[in-house]
Amino acid sequence: MKVDRRSFLSFLIGGAAGTALSPLPWKLTDDISIWTQMWPWVPVPERGEVTHVTSACTLCPGGCGISVRKVDDRVVKIEGLEGHPVNDGGLCTLGLAGAQLLYGPQRVKAPMKNVDGRLVEISWEGALGEIAARLKELRESGQPHRVACIAGTDRGTVPELLNRFLTVYGSPQFFRVPSIQDTYELTLYLMQGVRASAGFDFENADYVLSFGSGLLDGWGAPVNIFQAHSRWCERGGKLVQIEPRQSRTAAKSDSWIPINPGTEGALALSMAGVIIKESLYNADFVNTQSSGFDSWQRLVLENYDTESAAKMTGVDPSTIAKLARDFAGARKPLAVCGRGKGQTPGSLKEVMAVHALNALVGGIGRQGGVRAVPEPDYIDWPEPEMDAVAAAGMQQGRVDQAGGSQYPHARYLLNRLPEAVNSSADSPIQVLFVSDANPSYSLPNSKAFADAFKKIPMVVSFSSYLGETAELADLILPSPSYLEQYEDRPIAAGYPRPIVNLTRPVVEPLFNTRSVGDVVIELARSLGGTVAAAFPWDDYRSCLKETLGDKWAVLNDKGYWADEKSGSGGQPATFETKSSRFEFTNAEIEAMTRFAPVEPEGDIAAFPLVLVPYDTMRLWNGYIGNPPFVIKIVPDTVLKNNDGLIEVNPATASQLGLQDGQAAKLTTPHGTARVRVHLFEGIMPGLVSLPTGLGHTAHSKFLAGKGVNVNALIGSVEDAATGYEAVWGIRAKLDKA
Amino acid sequence: MSTADDLDRTESENTADEVAETATSGSGDIKQDGSSASIILFFIIGFVASLVVGWVVFPKLLYSQKEQPVAFNHALHNELVDAGCESCHFFREDGSYSGVPKLAQCIDCHEEVQGDSEAERYFVTEFVQKGREVPWLVYSRQPPCVFFSHAAHVKKAGMDCVSCHGHIGESEELRPYEYNRISRYSRDIWGHNISGIKHNSWDRMKMNDCSECHVKENVNQGSVQTHRGGCFVCHH
Repeated sequence: MKVDRRSFLSFLIGGAAGTALSPLPWKLTDDISIWTQMWPWVPVPERGEVTHVTSACTLCPGGCGISVRKVDDRVVKIEGLEGHPVNDGGLCTLGLAGAQLLYGPQRVKAPMKNVDGRLVEISWEGALGEIAARLKELRESGQPHRVACIAGTDRGTVPELLNRFLTVYGSPQFFRVPSIQDTYELTLYLMQGVRASAGFDFENADYVLSFGSGLLDGWGAPVNIFQAHSRWCERGGKLVQIEPRQSRTAAKSDSWIPINPGTEGALALSMAGVIIKESLYNADFVNTQSSGFDSWQRLVLENYDTESAAKMTGVDPSTIAKLARDFAGARKPLAVCGRGKGQTPGSLKEVMAVHALNALVGGIGRQGGVRAVPEPDYIDWPEPEMDAVAAAGMQQGRVDQAGGSQYPHARYLLNRLPEAVNSSADSPIQVLFVSDANPSYSLPNSKAFADAFKKIPMVVSFSSYLGETAELADLILPSPSYLEQYEDRPIAAGYPRPIVNLTRPVVEPLFNTRSVGDVVIELARSLGGTVAAAFPWDDYRSCLKETLGDKWAVLNDKGYWADEKSGSGGQPATFETKSSRFEFTNAEIEAMTRFAPVEPEGDIAAFPLVLVPYDTMRLWNGYIGNPPFVIKIVPDTVLKNNDGLIEVNPATASQLGLQDGQAAKLTTPHGTARVRVHLFEGIMPGLVSLPTGLGHTAHSKFLAGKGVNVNALIGSVEDAATGYEAVWGIRAKLDKA
Repeated sequence: MSTADDLDRTESENTADEVAETATSGSGDIKQDGSSASIILFFIIGFVASLVVGWVVFPKLLYSQKEQPVAFNHALHNELVDAGCESCHFFREDGSYSGVPKLAQCIDCHEEVQGDSEAERYFVTEFVQKGREVPWLVYSRQPPCVFFSHAAHVKKAGMDCVSCHGHIGESEELRPYEYNRISRYSRDIWGHNISGIKHNSWDRMKMNDCSECHVKENVNQGSVQTHRGGCFVCHH
């Protein structure tokens, strides 16, 4: 028998027939189709027991309650907490993406030391020992006032522990990251005599007049305002937005009034003039509960008639008059200011002008008006005993001169810190602690902050994330993320009632982290003496529990504590001024410089355009940077590949000979950046606009290297009356790249 | 007369030669028998070999085996508990099904070594004392894309565990876990019979087996949302 070609073919045919009658092809087809559903990179939900943990979001100052869905020990979803007074079940995109900040690559996983520009892991004992040794040295040489701390807020036990530490150690250099609340707090103090933060009853207002506040772009407690906005839409309430750019808020408002940036205060005063002239104001409030009205109305009527205000603001006299009549004619009008997300304190006199508008219509303390929200008073630690070194240190002035003769009213002037450090040969600050803040990215003049941090011999960051400031720090002592620890978070973001949230360890800490409270207590202990005696607690958890007292049980149960006494209804405001009334003006106010528009820095001949930054809900620009999910929702009119887009009015663009999408070079007195042109009718001619929140150099590969950091292009401009940061833009030019 | 070699040659040459070859090929039928016998033989060899490959070799290659991490005796445990399977494989308060017990449940009884079996000592020292979860291999694990609710079947339809899981609750030892090398699923999903034939309701658990029972029991023969039948009952 010969194995020939035919036999071979026959073998194959037999094989094919046999195979067809075996399960092989059919089973294989099925298996391969199933295999294609099992790519290893396809995310698969965890299996396990589903639980929900009530906690609080701390990613912005808004203070939403959250309900975290877990499968066994893994966080899989963050949802808004039903029934929470701030957000009642709602949550923003950042809050929703919070799990990525827990598990993401930007976490600092262990204490780090900066060795020649490289971060090297170090033990907790090593890091704390190094800091304690330096602190002892400074104290022994009588220089405790050369230690400073920057904190995201000054409320709550953690910032208070930091502040207490500085005090007993002997340093007055505590800084809070600036915001519009700085100016509002001072306004309430000067006009109402109270130390409180401003709360706005958006929910019950029926006519909201916003002087550039990005109410739908992340101002205040964003989710709360979104929900209030929905209610205005349902009930026929009005939102009027006054700002030079058609922001998301302007686009969703009932009426958008473009205005020359920086002149908002003049518009408010001019509107007040119309209201006074036409006697549209709330005579009852003005006559019985206010003082200084006569001298204030004289100033307004003499200087801010609609014609001259129109020249300044670019808003028609007839529009000003109509706005004034509509505002005064509404049942519950409410005026608010603070540009964008309200992260810049701005001009005091502008805030006072807007606040006076509210007073004119009787909106102080009224339902749907402005309230003075007292600081929560649960932190009631005994006064610490101070030794001689501490007492002497506390007598030294602040490096930013806040509270000094030039800036008597300001409490913290973080914007003045870089100059104080950079202009002296030997840095006046030797040790700087940074908690919940990223100034070398998030504040105007960010480059000067970076320079200052490089100059300060020891910068200690408590950051959970590897942001720009943490990267510059000499030591990083990572704190657990907000989903891994207990912390009280009083809300001060314009919400009209005092509320304290409690974050709680939703999961056990993933990394080698320690809470800031524990680190402070440990440092104090290692310094001994009166410093240690001021911190009698075993650890931060017991300090928190003891401090919260009765509130602990409520907070642990519900996740928040709200002051039940101040319900949603209005409360008659109490005025603690000399006159015991609301003071439109008084000697103290008159001693300050009068309202004048804050001018942008730069020479108009060299820089014919004005660059204004804008804020949006899709870009987070503070201590927290966008997690990957949130960077994905930034539209390609804002960020295209890695290029940031600059908004230019088509008229301006044609003057400059620029096309849509064209690359361009943006220059300001502080630097240059490569951008792409985005033609946008919603930006006034002569202005160009870049978003905040892009242009990171740190955090993670998902965020770094995308777009331009507008804070590196703008400098600091002080408010003449207070010294607060008041910058809203800068002169710029745009050339073909 | 032409041979296979001739054919090979002619096929590789041009058409004119092929025509000539065809003219002469009809003349020789004498050796045809031997040739066709070998053809049939080779057909049979091919046929049988492929059947052997398909039915015997292929399943052996397709499936791999793993031993369970800990020897477990269902029968023994079943005698000691009051509520049958649900004593350990229970429904949570929210109605979800707990599946294979976690270490926390085992610890209730096995904090210390019970009895003197080697397996027990191994379990306690390696898992309980070290706090490590036992990486049980679950025979009935469906792929992640399958939505299955135990509550609907057990609580609402009143089915018993045996209908789908067989008599595993009476087993004294755990059989090796077999899994498909391509799809990575447990062999129990397709069933142990390579041709997919089943004798008991628990022998296999593919989609067709779901639908077979759903048709038989007359469960929602149309989609709740679209009212369409067939595949669309479940796949919208």
